[in-house]
Amino acid sequence: MKRLVPLLAYLLLAGALLLLAPAILTDFRLSLLSRFCTFAIVAVGIGLAWGRGGMLTLGQGLFFGLGAYVMAMHMKLDDAGPGGVPDFMKLYGDGKTPGWWEPFRSPIVTLLGIILVPAIVATVLGLAVFKRRVKGAYFAILSQALTAAFAILLIGQQGTTGGFNGLNGFKSFFGYAVNDPVNRRLIYFLTAIILLVILAGMAQLYRSRFGELLVAVRDGEERVRFLGYDPANIKLVAYVVSAVLAGIGGALFVPIAGIISPSDVGVVPSIAFVIGVAMGGRTTLLGPAVGAIAVAWAQTSLSENFPSFWSYFQGGLFVIVILFLPGGIAQLPTMATRLRRRPKPPADPSPIPQPRAAEPRAAEPRAAEPATTSAPATGAVA
Amino acid sequence: MSTDYLEITKLHVEFDGFVAIDSVDLTVLQGDLRFLIGPNGAGKTTLIDAITGLVPATGSARYGSTELLGRKVHQIVRMGVGRTFQTASVFEDLTVLQNLDIAAGFGRSPLSLLRKRRSVPPEVEKALTAVGLESLALRPAGVLAHGQKQWLEIGMLLVQDARVMLLDEPVAGMSHEEREETGHLLKRIGADRTVIVIEHDMDFVRTFADSVTVMHGGRVLAEGTVAEIQADERVQEVYLGRSVAAITEEVG
Amino acid sequence: MDTFTNQLVAGLSVGSVLLLVALGLSLTFGQLGVINMAHGEFIMAGAYTAYVVQQAISDPGASLLISIPIGFAVGGAMGLILEIALISRLYHRPLDTLLVTFGVSLILQQLARDLFGAPAKQVVAPEWLSGQTSLAGVDVPKARLFIFVLSITAVLAVSAVLKLTPLGRRIRATVQNRDLAETIGIPTRRIDRYTFFIGSGIAGVAGVGLTLLGSTGPTLGTSYIVDAFLVVVAGGIGQVKGTVIAAFGLGLLQATFEYSTTASIAKMLLLLVIVLFLQVRPQGLFTVRTRSLA
Repeated sequence: MKRLVPLLAYLLLAGALLLLAPAILTDFRLSLLSRFCTFAIVAVGIGLAWGRGGMLTLGQGLFFGLGAYVMAMHMKLDDAGPGGVPDFMKLYGDGKTPGWWEPFRSPIVTLLGIILVPAIVATVLGLAVFKRRVKGAYFAILSQALTAAFAILLIGQQGTTGGFNGLNGFKSFFGYAVNDPVNRRLIYFLTAIILLVILAGMAQLYRSRFGELLVAVRDGEERVRFLGYDPANIKLVAYVVSAVLAGIGGALFVPIAGIISPSDVGVVPSIAFVIGVAMGGRTTLLGPAVGAIAVAWAQTSLSENFPSFWSYFQGGLFVIVILFLPGGIAQLPTMATRLRRRPKPPADPSPIPQPRAAEPRAAEPRAAEPATTSAPATGAVA
Repeated sequence: MSTDYLEITKLHVEFDGFVAIDSVDLTVLQGDLRFLIGPNGAGKTTLIDAITGLVPATGSARYGSTELLGRKVHQIVRMGVGRTFQTASVFEDLTVLQNLDIAAGFGRSPLSLLRKRRSVPPEVEKALTAVGLESLALRPAGVLAHGQKQWLEIGMLLVQDARVMLLDEPVAGMSHEEREETGHLLKRIGADRTVIVIEHDMDFVRTFADSVTVMHGGRVLAEGTVAEIQADERVQEVYLGRSVAAITEEVG
Repeated sequence: MDTFTNQLVAGLSVGSVLLLVALGLSLTFGQLGVINMAHGEFIMAGAYTAYVVQQAISDPGASLLISIPIGFAVGGAMGLILEIALISRLYHRPLDTLLVTFGVSLILQQLARDLFGAPAKQVVAPEWLSGQTSLAGVDVPKARLFIFVLSITAVLAVSAVLKLTPLGRRIRATVQNRDLAETIGIPTRRIDRYTFFIGSGIAGVAGVGLTLLGSTGPTLGTSYIVDAFLVVVAGGIGQVKGTVIAAFGLGLLQATFEYSTTASIAKMLLLLVIVLFLQVRPQGLFTVRTRSLA
């Protein structure tokens, strides 16, 4: 029975995205929603790395940016025509296309690059970090520093990256005019479907043995080591997948927003991704995606009306959600049970110091959760 | 088959100049249920830590012809040397079945990891029966009683078919009946494996040990059958020469 | 030789700024393990304190000197409130502390924007700190020299408190073995609070000092917080010594990189160096090692 709830929630989300939203939203709102869906794709990855794997990545902006810039470079080159030079380079650069831009003239290289560039960067970083057992807060700070440095690097190289202004003024997306309302709807559907496909894939991943193993690494990395696994490899896979998802989100963001600039990839947007995940429920499947869309929606509508209020609201959201609702809104249905039961003592009895102390949500049944709690039931029956 | 053995020679562990294990020699044959006793700080747990790669050590610890020292923790496990911890360490969020399944899985291919578990692997089934947790298979490990968690830990070694099992106080905190059951379990699994058990409870040691090694101050003080150890004067001195409070602490 | 001295002085100057902003963190993050993302906003609060004090006392020299203790009190008080209200509930959830305090930092930034306006404020430097002075043949802005002296003084003061006072002994005891400290009657929770107060107060002092280098805006803290954390991570937690060496080491490196490349590439290279360094010493330069046989 537990399996039905997430399935139903998934179908509900699919219906809302593919049928309801296009029917009731104006073109402008729909375009906003497509932008939020790209954030949701990033959020799904954070849910995997942080919620399931315990790796709080504050630097997804880096991978979001890598995917986005690869896409933007292609669109710029495409607009410039065969052999042409992107407009801004004539203004700020030496009027020539740098060598490392050239491969992205090809649409195929671009599509591969969107996946591979974040994947390779994440692999190198992940190996450096996880093999040396850098974890917890250290990992979080390091990932944040990387994304900060990435933004600074982008700003510094104005001639080849557009600097502070980023890359913008795109005309076409794989041959389709980006300003055509029909094409914009198509891009929306493309983004929504990619999000739904990714969620389906993630559901499978959460239910798989790898998903169980990842939770085990999160809760007792050293213990997993003593079962014959190298936890670094398990974390690496989750981290790389989350980086690729961020890259895909970034790549889709470009034709929708019409711009990618350092302010979209720095420290602040990277942490903004995290709050959506926390609010939706970091360990759940749909929570991160729904939370990301909800927070982005709130941000747009609040900052339209009360610009300064949004900052207070976002800050307050961090404080209240993390403090009182560590499981996110997905935790609400089980709050009642939680209140009746005493939370587990936070002390960690393990002889090996672990950065992540037991959290009160640990042994609670989670209604809107498809993976760990319900998987064994079906597994045993089958 | 009785050629399997764990052979430790001149094992030496130091922490910032403090010698925790001082040139220890120890050989344990397969099928010989060995108990490791000694006062607190004698170096018993450190010895296991050194064998399993948790703390760096010099000297040698071989299983058969393979040197264990200098290898990484997970590699040592893959060679069939498993351990449990003083405080039962199981994955509390996962079910008993999932705990065992993960323990069984280090040899799985990456592809099979991405698939869902469709049935209970036979070795998991066997281990569940062996440690008597069948009825609790689908409960999260976090809700198990302390003793049950320790059985689960032993079960996790069984599914791995660990040839060498190093058990750190497996019956601590158990009731008398649970101890009995655990003792018989250890006897059964120890028959065709190399097992070292760290234990404080002398009654338990007397009932179930095939042989005993006494450690004191990082060295091996004595070795032999239970009777021999009980008759050994040096052992008596270590245990009885200390204050009564210390004895009650060790034995109780 | 001339470029070398230039680099050295530039490096020491960058290093002393890093040290000043990281020193407070080396107490709250290093000693307590609390990841306080609002630490940067305490720095900002110190800077605004200097600005406000200058509105009241027009003499720049007097207002600067008065601002230092007031900045300490303001930063410390904010830290204390944060500790009592939020962080004390999260001691076993370090990553959650990070996120909660990040929320606080967003709120504080907006508060500054609403109180003082978005445009940056200028604090007038006193006469005796404007202009250059010659040091080993290199022209050094006097303001930079003042920062250097200020950060060294702060380090000496913190070390003195930790080493010589009963409070310092209790702080160190709590860091090294919390359970044991508690059993011998040290009120560890209260000690945490004192530590947090001092660390946050130093952030306030750092803010006062930073007004000499540039204008004060709501995002002042954001620009320093990541660097400050990196210094503490590279220095290793638990010891002020590591923070000092890491701050000057990174400062010298940054000055060298900036000399041979651009500022943005220097930043990237610096980070690379830190990642590589953590490969060799994952625990940073120095750590408090506790031997546990259990």
